[in-house]
Amino acid sequence: MPDAAAIAAPVRRPGMRFVVRLESLAVLAVLVIVLAVLSPYFLSVSNFLNILLATSVIGVLAYGATFVIAAAGIDLSLGSVLGLSGVVGALSVNELGLPWPFGILACLATGALCGTVNGLLNARAGIPAFIVTLGMLGVARGLGLVLTNGVPVYGLDPVLVYIGQGRPAGVPFPVIVFLLTGGVAHFVLAYTRFGKYALVIGDNEGAARAMGVRVQRQRVALYALSGMMAGLAGLLFMARTNAGDPTGGLNYELTAITATILGGTNLFGGRATIFGTLIGALIMGVLQNGLNLLAVSSFYQQMAIGAVLVLAVWLDQVNRTRARR
Amino acid sequence: MSLLELADVRKHFGPVQALDGVSFAVDGGEVIGLVGDNGAGKSTLMKTVTGVHAPDGGSIRLDGTLLNGREPGEIRALGVEMIYQDLALARMQDVASNIFLGREPTRRLFGLPIRMIDRPRIEREAAAMIRKLGARLPSVDYVVGHLSGGQQQSVAIARALTFNPRLVIMDEPTAALAVREVEHVLDMIRELRRQGIAVILISHRLNDVFAVCDRIIALRQGQVVADQPIAQTSMNEVVAHIVGAA
Repeated sequence: MPDAAAIAAPVRRPGMRFVVRLESLAVLAVLVIVLAVLSPYFLSVSNFLNILLATSVIGVLAYGATFVIAAAGIDLSLGSVLGLSGVVGALSVNELGLPWPFGILACLATGALCGTVNGLLNARAGIPAFIVTLGMLGVARGLGLVLTNGVPVYGLDPVLVYIGQGRPAGVPFPVIVFLLTGGVAHFVLAYTRFGKYALVIGDNEGAARAMGVRVQRQRVALYALSGMMAGLAGLLFMARTNAGDPTGGLNYELTAITATILGGTNLFGGRATIFGTLIGALIMGVLQNGLNLLAVSSFYQQMAIGAVLVLAVWLDQVNRTRARR
Repeated sequence: MSLLELADVRKHFGPVQALDGVSFAVDGGEVIGLVGDNGAGKSTLMKTVTGVHAPDGGSIRLDGTLLNGREPGEIRALGVEMIYQDLALARMQDVASNIFLGREPTRRLFGLPIRMIDRPRIEREAAAMIRKLGARLPSVDYVVGHLSGGQQQSVAIARALTFNPRLVIMDEPTAALAVREVEHVLDMIRELRRQGIAVILISHRLNDVFAVCDRIIALRQGQVVADQPIAQTSMNEVVAHIVGAA
Protein backbone atom coordinates (compact mmCIF):
# COMPACT_ATOMS: atom_id res chain seq x y z
CA MET A 1 0.00 0.00 0.00
CA PRO A 2 2.67 2.60 0.81
CA ASP A 3 3.96 2.44 -2.75
CA ALA A 4 0.58 3.11 -4.20
CA ALA A 5 0.07 6.03 -1.88
CA ALA A 6 3.38 7.54 -2.91
CA ILE A 7 2.18 7.80 -6.45
CA ALA A 8 -0.86 9.81 -5.48
CA ALA A 9 1.23 12.27 -3.48
CA PRO A 10 2.05 15.59 -5.09
CA VAL A 11 5.29 15.31 -6.98
CA ARG A 12 7.01 18.44 -5.91
CA ARG A 13 7.84 19.43 -2.42
CA PRO A 14 6.54 23.03 -2.30
CA GLY A 15 3.12 21.47 -2.65
CA MET A 16 3.55 19.07 0.19
CA ARG A 17 3.37 21.70 2.89
CA PHE A 18 0.32 23.67 1.89
CA VAL A 19 -1.57 21.94 -0.83
CA VAL A 20 -4.73 20.33 0.19
CA ARG A 21 -5.92 17.95 -2.37
CA LEU A 22 -8.01 19.97 -4.72
CA GLU A 23 -10.81 17.47 -4.33
CA SER A 24 -11.29 18.54 -0.71
CA LEU A 25 -11.65 22.19 -1.64
CA ALA A 26 -13.91 21.26 -4.53
CA VAL A 27 -16.19 19.24 -2.25
CA LEU A 28 -16.38 22.15 0.18
CA ALA A 29 -17.14 24.61 -2.61
CA VAL A 30 -19.86 22.41 -4.10
CA LEU A 31 -21.43 21.92 -0.69
CA VAL A 32 -21.46 25.66 -0.04
CA ILE A 33 -23.01 26.42 -3.43
CA VAL A 34 -25.68 23.75 -3.11
CA LEU A 35 -26.64 24.85 0.39
CA ALA A 36 -26.64 28.52 -0.61
CA VAL A 37 -29.19 27.64 -3.28
CA LEU A 38 -31.27 25.38 -1.05
CA SER A 39 -31.44 27.56 2.05
CA PRO A 40 -31.84 31.35 2.24
CA TYR A 41 -30.30 31.32 5.73
CA PHE A 42 -27.08 29.63 4.75
CA LEU A 43 -25.08 32.55 3.35
CA SER A 44 -24.65 34.95 6.25
CA VAL A 45 -21.85 36.03 8.53
CA SER A 46 -23.65 34.78 11.60
CA ASN A 47 -24.31 31.38 10.07
CA PHE A 48 -20.70 31.23 8.92
CA LEU A 49 -19.57 31.88 12.50
CA ASN A 50 -22.04 29.23 13.67
CA ILE A 51 -20.45 26.72 11.35
CA LEU A 52 -16.98 27.61 12.61
CA LEU A 53 -18.18 27.34 16.20
CA ALA A 54 -19.79 23.97 15.59
CA THR A 55 -16.63 22.82 13.81
CA SER A 56 -14.24 23.92 16.57
CA VAL A 57 -14.53 20.88 18.81
CA ILE A 58 -14.42 18.39 15.93
CA GLY A 59 -11.61 20.34 14.29
CA VAL A 60 -9.39 20.22 17.37
CA LEU A 61 -10.07 16.48 17.68
CA ALA A 62 -9.25 16.02 14.01
CA TYR A 63 -5.86 17.74 14.42
CA GLY A 64 -4.98 15.07 16.97
CA ALA A 65 -6.28 12.34 14.66
CA THR A 66 -4.13 13.76 11.84
CA PHE A 67 -0.87 13.28 13.74
CA VAL A 68 -1.73 9.73 14.72
CA ILE A 69 -2.98 8.70 11.28
CA ALA A 70 0.08 10.36 9.68
CA ALA A 71 2.13 7.77 11.56
CA ALA A 72 -0.13 4.95 10.34
CA GLY A 73 -1.90 4.72 13.70
CA ILE A 74 -5.50 5.28 14.71
CA ASP A 75 -7.15 6.77 17.79
CA LEU A 76 -10.71 5.59 18.32
CA SER A 77 -10.84 6.91 21.89
CA LEU A 78 -10.98 10.61 20.93
CA GLY A 79 -14.66 11.15 21.68
CA SER A 80 -14.61 9.27 24.99
CA VAL A 81 -11.46 11.01 26.15
CA LEU A 82 -13.12 14.32 25.24
CA GLY A 83 -16.04 13.43 27.50
CA LEU A 84 -13.86 12.25 30.39
CA SER A 85 -11.64 15.35 30.17
CA GLY A 86 -14.66 17.66 30.45
CA VAL A 87 -15.93 15.70 33.45
CA VAL A 88 -12.58 15.80 35.26
CA GLY A 89 -12.17 19.50 34.45
CA ALA A 90 -15.63 20.33 35.79
CA LEU A 91 -15.22 18.17 38.90
CA SER A 92 -11.82 19.60 39.78
CA VAL A 93 -13.30 23.10 39.93
CA ASN A 94 -16.82 22.37 41.24
CA GLU A 95 -16.08 19.53 43.65
CA LEU A 96 -12.46 20.02 44.63
CA GLY A 97 -12.85 23.80 44.70
CA LEU A 98 -9.73 24.45 42.65
CA PRO A 99 -9.39 27.81 40.85
CA TRP A 100 -10.39 27.89 37.17
CA PRO A 101 -6.87 27.59 35.67
CA PHE A 102 -6.73 24.14 37.24
CA GLY A 103 -9.92 23.27 35.41
CA ILE A 104 -8.14 23.97 32.12
CA LEU A 105 -5.09 22.05 33.22
CA ALA A 106 -7.21 19.13 34.41
CA CYS A 107 -8.87 18.82 30.97
CA LEU A 108 -5.56 18.87 29.11
CA ALA A 109 -3.80 16.58 31.60
CA THR A 110 -6.62 14.03 31.57
CA GLY A 111 -6.48 13.88 27.80
CA ALA A 112 -2.70 13.66 27.70
CA LEU A 113 -2.73 10.92 30.33
CA CYS A 114 -5.26 8.80 28.43
CA GLY A 115 -3.22 9.32 25.26
CA THR A 116 0.00 8.34 27.01
CA VAL A 117 -1.60 5.13 28.24
CA ASN A 118 -2.75 4.44 24.67
CA GLY A 119 0.74 5.12 23.37
CA LEU A 120 2.52 2.97 25.95
CA LEU A 121 0.20 0.03 25.40
CA ASN A 122 0.61 0.33 21.65
CA ALA A 123 4.34 1.08 21.37
CA ARG A 124 5.77 -0.75 24.38
CA ALA A 125 3.35 -3.63 24.89
CA GLY A 126 2.83 -4.04 21.15
CA ILE A 127 -0.97 -4.20 21.23
CA PRO A 128 -2.50 -2.95 17.96
CA ALA A 129 -3.59 0.69 18.13
CA PHE A 130 -7.05 -0.27 16.94
CA ILE A 131 -7.59 -2.49 20.00
CA VAL A 132 -5.85 -0.25 22.53
CA THR A 133 -7.85 2.82 21.60
CA LEU A 134 -11.07 0.84 21.23
CA GLY A 135 -10.50 -0.33 24.80
CA MET A 136 -9.81 3.22 25.92
CA LEU A 137 -13.06 4.29 24.21
CA GLY A 138 -14.89 2.03 26.65
CA VAL A 139 -12.76 2.71 29.72
CA ALA A 140 -12.73 6.51 29.43
CA ARG A 141 -16.46 6.69 28.75
CA GLY A 142 -17.19 4.38 31.66
CA LEU A 143 -14.90 6.28 34.01
CA GLY A 144 -16.66 9.54 33.16
CA LEU A 145 -20.00 7.95 34.02
CA VAL A 146 -18.62 6.48 37.26
CA LEU A 147 -17.16 9.80 38.39
CA THR A 148 -20.43 11.65 37.85
CA ASN A 149 -22.90 8.88 38.50
CA GLY A 150 -24.08 9.59 35.01
CA VAL A 151 -25.28 13.10 35.89
CA PRO A 152 -23.66 16.11 34.19
CA VAL A 153 -21.80 18.55 36.45
CA TYR A 154 -23.55 21.85 35.77
CA GLY A 155 -22.62 25.45 36.48
CA LEU A 156 -18.99 26.31 35.87
CA ASP A 157 -16.74 29.22 36.80
CA PRO A 158 -17.57 32.29 34.62
CA VAL A 159 -14.07 32.34 33.15
CA LEU A 160 -14.48 28.77 31.92
CA VAL A 161 -17.90 29.61 30.51
CA TYR A 162 -16.32 32.55 28.67
CA ILE A 163 -13.91 30.14 26.98
CA GLY A 164 -16.92 28.37 25.52
CA GLN A 165 -19.42 31.17 25.06
CA GLY A 166 -17.43 34.41 24.99
CA ARG A 167 -17.21 36.42 21.78
CA PRO A 168 -14.21 38.75 21.73
CA ALA A 169 -14.73 41.12 18.75
CA GLY A 170 -17.80 39.09 17.81
CA VAL A 171 -15.81 35.91 17.14
CA PRO A 172 -16.69 32.93 19.32
CA PHE A 173 -13.79 32.09 21.61
CA PRO A 174 -13.69 28.38 20.60
CA VAL A 175 -13.21 29.47 16.99
CA ILE A 176 -10.14 31.46 18.01
CA VAL A 177 -8.76 28.44 19.88
CA PHE A 178 -9.56 26.20 16.90
CA LEU A 179 -7.74 28.43 14.40
CA LEU A 180 -4.74 29.19 16.65
CA THR A 181 -4.33 25.51 17.50
CA GLY A 182 -4.47 24.80 13.78
CA GLY A 183 -1.61 27.23 13.20
CA VAL A 184 0.54 25.60 15.85
CA ALA A 185 -0.34 22.08 14.69
CA HIS A 186 0.50 23.01 11.10
CA PHE A 187 3.87 24.34 12.18
CA VAL A 188 4.65 21.21 14.20
CA LEU A 189 3.59 18.80 11.44
CA ALA A 190 5.19 20.59 8.51
CA TYR A 191 8.30 22.20 9.96
CA THR A 192 9.61 20.26 12.96
CA ARG A 193 11.41 16.96 13.40
CA PHE A 194 8.48 15.74 15.48
CA GLY A 195 6.10 16.16 12.56
CA LYS A 196 8.57 14.88 10.00
CA TYR A 197 9.16 11.72 12.03
CA ALA A 198 5.43 11.13 12.39
CA LEU A 199 5.13 11.14 8.59
CA VAL A 200 8.23 9.01 8.08
CA ILE A 201 7.05 6.38 10.57
CA GLY A 202 3.78 6.18 8.65
CA ASP A 203 5.67 5.96 5.38
CA ASN A 204 8.29 3.34 6.26
CA GLU A 205 8.68 2.45 9.91
CA GLY A 206 11.70 0.21 9.33
CA ALA A 207 13.53 3.00 7.53
CA ALA A 208 12.69 5.45 10.29
CA ARG A 209 14.16 3.09 12.86
CA ALA A 210 17.26 2.27 10.83
CA MET A 211 17.95 5.96 10.33
CA GLY A 212 17.87 6.63 14.06
CA VAL A 213 14.30 7.76 14.70
CA ARG A 214 13.21 6.51 18.12
CA VAL A 215 10.02 5.02 16.82
CA GLN A 216 8.53 3.80 20.10
CA ARG A 217 9.13 7.03 21.95
CA GLN A 218 7.73 9.02 19.03
CA ARG A 219 4.63 6.83 18.99
CA VAL A 220 3.94 7.36 22.68
CA ALA A 221 4.36 11.10 22.16
CA LEU A 222 1.96 11.05 19.19
CA TYR A 223 -0.80 9.36 21.17
CA ALA A 224 -0.15 11.67 24.10
CA LEU A 225 -0.55 14.63 21.75
CA SER A 226 -3.71 13.16 20.28
CA GLY A 227 -5.08 12.67 23.80
CA MET A 228 -4.16 16.21 24.77
CA MET A 229 -6.03 17.51 21.73
CA ALA A 230 -9.03 15.49 22.90
CA GLY A 231 -8.56 17.14 26.30
CA LEU A 232 -8.55 20.57 24.67
CA ALA A 233 -11.65 19.66 22.71
CA GLY A 234 -13.16 18.46 25.99
CA LEU A 235 -12.41 21.84 27.55
CA LEU A 236 -14.13 23.65 24.68
CA PHE A 237 -17.12 21.32 24.80
CA MET A 238 -17.44 21.61 28.59
CA ALA A 239 -17.13 25.40 28.44
CA ARG A 240 -19.65 25.75 25.65
CA THR A 241 -22.26 23.58 27.35
CA ASN A 242 -21.40 24.96 30.81
CA ALA A 243 -21.23 21.39 32.08
CA GLY A 244 -19.01 18.39 32.52
CA ASP A 245 -21.13 15.93 30.60
CA PRO A 246 -20.09 12.25 30.82
CA THR A 247 -21.86 11.56 27.53
CA GLY A 248 -20.14 14.50 25.81
CA GLY A 249 -18.40 13.79 22.53
CA LEU A 250 -20.20 10.51 21.91
CA ASN A 251 -19.19 9.20 18.44
CA TYR A 252 -17.11 12.32 17.77
CA GLU A 253 -14.15 10.16 16.77
CA LEU A 254 -16.20 9.07 13.76
CA THR A 255 -16.60 12.67 12.60
CA ALA A 256 -13.00 13.63 13.44
CA ILE A 257 -11.49 10.71 11.54
CA THR A 258 -13.82 11.38 8.61
CA ALA A 259 -12.71 15.02 8.55
CA THR A 260 -9.07 13.94 8.58
CA ILE A 261 -9.48 11.54 5.67
CA LEU A 262 -11.58 14.07 3.72
CA GLY A 263 -8.68 16.48 4.13
CA GLY A 264 -6.37 14.19 2.21
CA THR A 265 -4.55 12.43 5.03
CA ASN A 266 -3.56 8.95 3.90
CA LEU A 267 -5.37 6.38 6.02
CA PHE A 268 -2.24 4.21 5.88
CA GLY A 269 0.13 6.97 6.98
CA GLY A 270 2.93 8.99 5.42
CA ARG A 271 0.88 11.83 3.99
CA ALA A 272 -0.99 14.42 6.02
CA THR A 273 -1.53 18.17 6.26
CA ILE A 274 -3.23 20.17 8.98
CA PHE A 275 -4.66 22.58 6.42
CA GLY A 276 -6.28 19.64 4.68
CA THR A 277 -7.78 18.50 7.97
CA LEU A 278 -9.10 22.02 8.57
CA ILE A 279 -10.87 21.85 5.21
CA GLY A 280 -12.11 18.36 6.01
CA ALA A 281 -13.51 19.54 9.34
CA LEU A 282 -15.21 22.46 7.60
CA ILE A 283 -16.80 20.06 5.13
CA MET A 284 -18.25 18.11 8.05
CA GLY A 285 -19.34 21.34 9.75
CA VAL A 286 -21.00 22.72 6.63
CA LEU A 287 -22.68 19.39 5.96
CA GLN A 288 -24.16 19.21 9.46
CA ASN A 289 -25.16 22.86 9.40
CA GLY A 290 -26.81 22.43 6.03
CA LEU A 291 -28.72 19.36 7.13
CA ASN A 292 -29.87 21.29 10.19
CA LEU A 293 -31.03 24.22 8.09
CA LEU A 294 -32.89 21.84 5.82
CA ALA A 295 -34.48 20.34 8.94
CA VAL A 296 -33.06 16.87 8.36
CA SER A 297 -33.31 14.73 11.48
CA SER A 298 -30.08 14.18 13.38
CA PHE A 299 -30.62 10.46 12.98
CA TYR A 300 -30.08 10.86 9.26
CA GLN A 301 -27.07 13.05 9.96
CA GLN A 302 -25.34 10.17 11.74
CA MET A 303 -25.94 8.05 8.68
CA ALA A 304 -24.61 10.78 6.42
CA ILE A 305 -21.37 11.09 8.41
CA GLY A 306 -20.74 7.36 8.31
CA ALA A 307 -21.45 7.23 4.60
CA VAL A 308 -19.14 10.17 3.91
CA LEU A 309 -16.26 8.41 5.72
CA VAL A 310 -16.59 5.28 3.61
CA LEU A 311 -17.07 7.37 0.46
CA ALA A 312 -13.96 9.46 1.15
CA VAL A 313 -11.74 6.41 1.62
CA TRP A 314 -13.24 4.74 -1.43
CA LEU A 315 -12.64 7.78 -3.66
CA ASP A 316 -9.08 8.02 -2.37
CA GLN A 317 -8.46 4.41 -3.29
CA VAL A 318 -10.01 4.76 -6.72
CA ASN A 319 -7.76 7.76 -7.29
CA ARG A 320 -4.66 5.90 -6.29
CA THR A 321 -5.41 2.84 -8.39
CA ARG A 322 -5.94 5.14 -11.35
CA ALA A 323 -2.70 7.01 -10.70
CA ARG A 324 -0.83 3.72 -10.70
CA ARG A 325 -1.73 2.82 -14.23
CA MET B 1 43.45 -1.84 16.82
CA SER B 2 41.06 -2.45 13.97
CA LEU B 3 38.27 -0.07 13.06
CA LEU B 4 35.51 -2.66 13.50
CA GLU B 5 35.93 -5.69 15.72
CA LEU B 6 33.34 -8.43 16.05
CA ALA B 7 33.93 -11.05 18.73
CA ASP B 8 31.71 -14.11 19.13
CA VAL B 9 28.56 -12.25 17.98
CA ARG B 10 25.40 -14.28 18.54
CA LYS B 11 21.79 -13.69 17.57
CA HIS B 12 18.80 -15.96 17.51
CA PHE B 13 15.23 -15.44 16.39
CA GLY B 14 13.15 -17.87 18.40
CA PRO B 15 14.68 -21.30 17.85
CA VAL B 16 16.68 -20.16 14.80
CA GLN B 17 20.33 -19.41 15.54
CA ALA B 18 20.93 -16.71 12.91
CA LEU B 19 24.44 -15.79 14.11
CA ASP B 20 26.46 -18.44 15.83
CA GLY B 21 29.63 -16.83 17.20
CA VAL B 22 30.86 -14.53 14.44
CA SER B 23 34.29 -12.96 14.87
CA PHE B 24 36.33 -10.83 12.45
CA ALA B 25 37.93 -7.43 12.19
CA VAL B 26 37.94 -4.71 9.55
CA ASP B 27 40.57 -1.97 9.16
CA GLY B 28 40.08 1.55 7.88
CA GLY B 29 40.36 1.73 4.09
CA GLU B 30 39.74 -1.99 3.77
CA VAL B 31 37.06 -3.37 1.44
CA ILE B 32 35.49 -6.59 2.68
CA GLY B 33 33.30 -8.83 0.57
CA LEU B 34 30.74 -10.56 2.77
CA VAL B 35 29.31 -13.55 0.94
CA GLY B 36 27.09 -16.49 1.74
CA ASP B 37 23.95 -18.26 0.65
CA ASN B 38 20.48 -16.88 1.33
CA GLY B 39 19.82 -17.17 5.06
CA ALA B 40 23.51 -17.46 5.94
CA GLY B 41 23.16 -14.44 8.24
CA LYS B 42 24.86 -11.67 6.20
CA SER B 43 22.09 -9.06 6.50
CA THR B 44 21.31 -10.05 10.08
CA LEU B 45 24.96 -9.62 11.01
CA MET B 46 25.16 -6.19 9.45
CA LYS B 47 21.87 -5.08 11.02
CA THR B 48 23.35 -6.15 14.33
CA VAL B 49 26.29 -3.84 13.68
CA THR B 50 23.99 -0.91 12.82
CA GLY B 51 21.82 -1.46 15.90
CA VAL B 52 18.66 -2.49 14.05
CA HIS B 53 18.99 -5.88 15.76
CA ALA B 54 20.35 -6.24 19.29
CA PRO B 55 22.96 -9.03 19.60
CA ASP B 56 22.28 -11.74 22.18
CA GLY B 57 25.94 -12.28 22.92
CA GLY B 58 29.48 -11.30 21.98
CA SER B 59 30.78 -7.81 21.38
CA ILE B 60 30.84 -5.32 18.52
CA ARG B 61 33.35 -2.49 18.80
CA LEU B 62 34.09 0.49 16.61
CA ASP B 63 37.52 1.88 17.38
CA GLY B 64 37.23 0.24 20.79
CA THR B 65 33.81 1.73 21.56
CA LEU B 66 31.26 -0.95 22.40
CA LEU B 67 28.26 -0.75 20.05
CA ASN B 68 26.12 -3.41 21.77
CA GLY B 69 22.83 -2.03 23.05
CA ARG B 70 23.13 1.32 21.29
CA GLU B 71 20.33 2.83 19.24
CA PRO B 72 20.74 2.95 15.43
CA GLY B 73 20.96 6.75 15.66
CA GLU B 74 23.90 6.62 18.07
CA ILE B 75 25.73 4.11 15.90
CA ARG B 76 25.24 6.30 12.84
CA ALA B 77 26.59 9.23 14.81
CA LEU B 78 29.73 7.18 15.53
CA GLY B 79 30.30 6.85 11.78
CA VAL B 80 28.65 3.61 10.68
CA GLU B 81 26.35 3.92 7.65
CA MET B 82 24.50 1.18 5.88
CA ILE B 83 22.82 1.07 2.50
CA TYR B 84 20.05 -1.41 3.14
CA GLN B 85 18.90 -3.89 0.56
CA ASP B 86 15.41 -2.38 0.58
CA LEU B 87 17.12 1.06 0.63
CA ALA B 88 15.20 2.15 3.77
CA LEU B 89 13.70 5.18 2.06
CA ALA B 90 10.56 7.10 3.01
CA ARG B 91 9.02 7.03 -0.44
CA MET B 92 6.41 9.72 0.15
CA GLN B 93 9.12 12.14 1.27
CA ASP B 94 11.36 14.10 -1.06
CA VAL B 95 15.00 13.44 -1.87
CA ALA B 96 16.44 16.05 0.50
CA SER B 97 14.33 14.85 3.44
CA ASN B 98 15.49 11.29 2.86
CA ILE B 99 19.15 12.23 2.67
CA PHE B 100 18.87 14.04 6.01
CA LEU B 101 16.45 11.58 7.61
CA GLY B 102 17.27 11.21 11.30
CA ARG B 103 19.84 14.01 11.16
CA GLU B 104 17.89 17.09 10.21
CA PRO B 105 19.72 20.26 11.13
CA THR B 106 17.42 22.70 12.93
CA ARG B 107 17.28 26.44 13.46
CA ARG B 108 15.40 28.64 15.83
CA LEU B 109 12.07 30.14 14.92
CA PHE B 110 12.47 33.94 15.18
CA GLY B 111 15.22 33.39 17.76
CA LEU B 112 12.78 31.65 20.09
CA PRO B 113 13.71 28.37 21.76
CA ILE B 114 11.55 26.56 19.21
CA ARG B 115 13.44 24.43 16.74
CA MET B 116 12.35 23.98 13.16
CA ILE B 117 14.02 21.95 10.44
CA ASP B 118 16.53 24.05 8.52
CA ARG B 119 15.02 23.33 5.13
CA PRO B 120 17.18 25.69 3.04
CA ARG B 121 20.33 24.14 4.45
CA ILE B 122 19.03 20.62 3.84
CA GLU B 123 18.23 21.43 0.22
CA ARG B 124 21.58 23.12 -0.34
CA GLU B 125 23.65 20.33 1.15
CA ALA B 126 21.61 17.54 -0.41
CA ALA B 127 22.01 19.14 -3.83
CA ALA B 128 25.76 19.52 -3.29
CA MET B 129 26.08 15.85 -2.32
CA ILE B 130 24.16 14.69 -5.36
CA ARG B 131 26.31 16.83 -7.63
CA LYS B 132 29.44 15.42 -6.01
CA LEU B 133 28.24 11.86 -6.59
CA GLY B 134 27.35 12.67 -10.18
CA ALA B 135 23.91 11.12 -9.70
CA ARG B 136 21.23 12.10 -12.18
CA LEU B 137 18.25 13.22 -10.11
CA PRO B 138 15.65 15.71 -11.30
CA SER B 139 15.60 17.78 -8.11
CA VAL B 140 16.07 17.44 -4.37
CA ASP B 141 12.41 18.29 -3.79
CA TYR B 142 11.25 15.37 -5.92
CA VAL B 143 9.26 12.69 -4.10
CA VAL B 144 11.44 9.57 -3.88
CA GLY B 145 8.62 7.16 -4.78
CA HIS B 146 8.49 8.74 -8.25
CA LEU B 147 12.13 8.01 -9.02
CA SER B 148 13.46 4.97 -10.87
CA GLY B 149 15.09 2.13 -8.95
CA GLY B 150 18.57 3.32 -9.84
CA GLN B 151 17.76 6.87 -8.81
CA GLN B 152 16.35 5.68 -5.48
CA GLN B 153 19.58 3.79 -4.97
CA SER B 154 21.50 7.02 -5.58
CA VAL B 155 19.49 8.67 -2.83
CA ALA B 156 20.33 5.88 -0.40
CA ILE B 157 23.99 6.09 -1.35
CA ALA B 158 24.04 9.88 -1.02
CA ARG B 159 22.53 9.56 2.44
CA ALA B 160 25.22 7.09 3.51
CA LEU B 161 28.05 9.30 2.32
CA THR B 162 26.85 12.75 3.40
CA PHE B 163 27.95 12.58 7.03
CA ASN B 164 31.62 11.56 6.74
CA PRO B 165 31.24 7.89 7.59
CA ARG B 166 34.13 5.72 8.77
CA LEU B 167 32.50 2.46 7.78
CA VAL B 168 29.99 2.00 4.97
CA ILE B 169 28.03 -1.25 4.75
CA MET B 170 26.33 -2.01 1.44
CA ASP B 171 23.74 -4.77 1.20
CA GLU B 172 23.42 -5.90 -2.43
CA PRO B 173 23.97 -2.40 -3.85
CA THR B 174 24.33 -3.66 -7.41
CA ALA B 175 21.54 -6.23 -7.57
CA ALA B 176 19.03 -3.93 -9.25
CA LEU B 177 21.38 -1.94 -11.46
CA ALA B 178 22.33 -1.86 -15.11
CA VAL B 179 25.91 -2.64 -16.11
CA ARG B 180 27.04 0.97 -16.36
CA GLU B 181 25.50 1.82 -12.99
CA VAL B 182 27.26 -1.16 -11.43
CA GLU B 183 30.60 0.20 -12.63
CA HIS B 184 29.70 3.51 -11.06
CA VAL B 185 29.08 1.87 -7.66
CA LEU B 186 32.32 -0.11 -7.88
CA ASP B 187 34.26 3.07 -8.69
CA MET B 188 32.65 4.70 -5.71
CA ILE B 189 33.81 1.87 -3.45
CA ARG B 190 37.38 2.31 -4.73
CA GLU B 191 37.14 6.02 -4.01
CA LEU B 192 35.97 5.31 -0.43
CA ARG B 193 38.97 3.02 0.08
CA ARG B 194 41.27 5.78 -1.20
CA GLN B 195 39.80 8.08 1.45
CA GLY B 196 40.54 5.52 4.17
CA ILE B 197 36.88 4.59 4.69
CA ALA B 198 36.17 0.93 5.37
CA VAL B 199 33.55 -0.81 3.22
CA ILE B 200 31.68 -4.05 3.78
CA LEU B 201 30.05 -5.22 0.57
CA ILE B 202 27.35 -7.87 0.72
CA SER B 203 26.85 -9.28 -2.75
CA HIS B 204 25.79 -12.37 -4.61
CA ARG B 205 27.70 -11.14 -7.63
CA LEU B 206 31.14 -12.62 -7.09
CA ASN B 207 32.46 -10.73 -10.12
CA ASP B 208 31.83 -7.48 -8.26
CA VAL B 209 33.34 -8.84 -5.07
CA PHE B 210 36.51 -9.93 -6.83
CA ALA B 211 36.71 -6.63 -8.70
CA VAL B 212 36.87 -4.35 -5.66
CA CYS B 213 37.41 -6.26 -2.42
CA ASP B 214 40.65 -6.74 -0.51
CA ARG B 215 39.37 -9.58 1.59
CA ILE B 216 36.47 -11.97 1.43
CA ILE B 217 34.52 -13.38 4.37
CA ALA B 218 32.09 -16.22 3.81
CA LEU B 219 29.24 -16.97 6.19
CA ARG B 220 27.44 -20.26 6.41
CA GLN B 221 24.65 -21.01 8.88
CA GLY B 222 25.64 -18.06 11.01
CA GLN B 223 29.34 -18.90 11.19
CA VAL B 224 32.43 -17.57 9.45
CA VAL B 225 33.65 -20.40 7.21
CA ALA B 226 36.32 -18.44 5.33
CA ASP B 227 38.25 -15.21 5.85
CA GLN B 228 40.89 -14.78 3.16
CA PRO B 229 42.62 -12.06 1.14
CA ILE B 230 41.26 -11.98 -2.39
CA ALA B 231 44.71 -12.65 -3.81
CA GLN B 232 44.88 -15.99 -2.03
CA THR B 233 41.57 -17.42 -3.14
CA SER B 234 39.61 -18.10 -6.29
CA MET B 235 36.04 -17.88 -7.34
CA ASN B 236 35.67 -21.65 -7.27
CA GLU B 237 36.99 -21.82 -3.76
CA VAL B 238 34.61 -19.10 -2.59
CA VAL B 239 31.64 -20.84 -4.18
CA ALA B 240 32.68 -24.04 -2.42
CA HIS B 241 32.70 -22.20 0.90
CA ILE B 242 29.31 -20.69 0.26
CA VAL B 243 27.64 -24.00 -0.52
CA GLY B 244 29.56 -25.86 2.18
CA ALA B 245 31.57 -28.11 -0.11
CA ALA B 246 34.99 -26.93 1.07
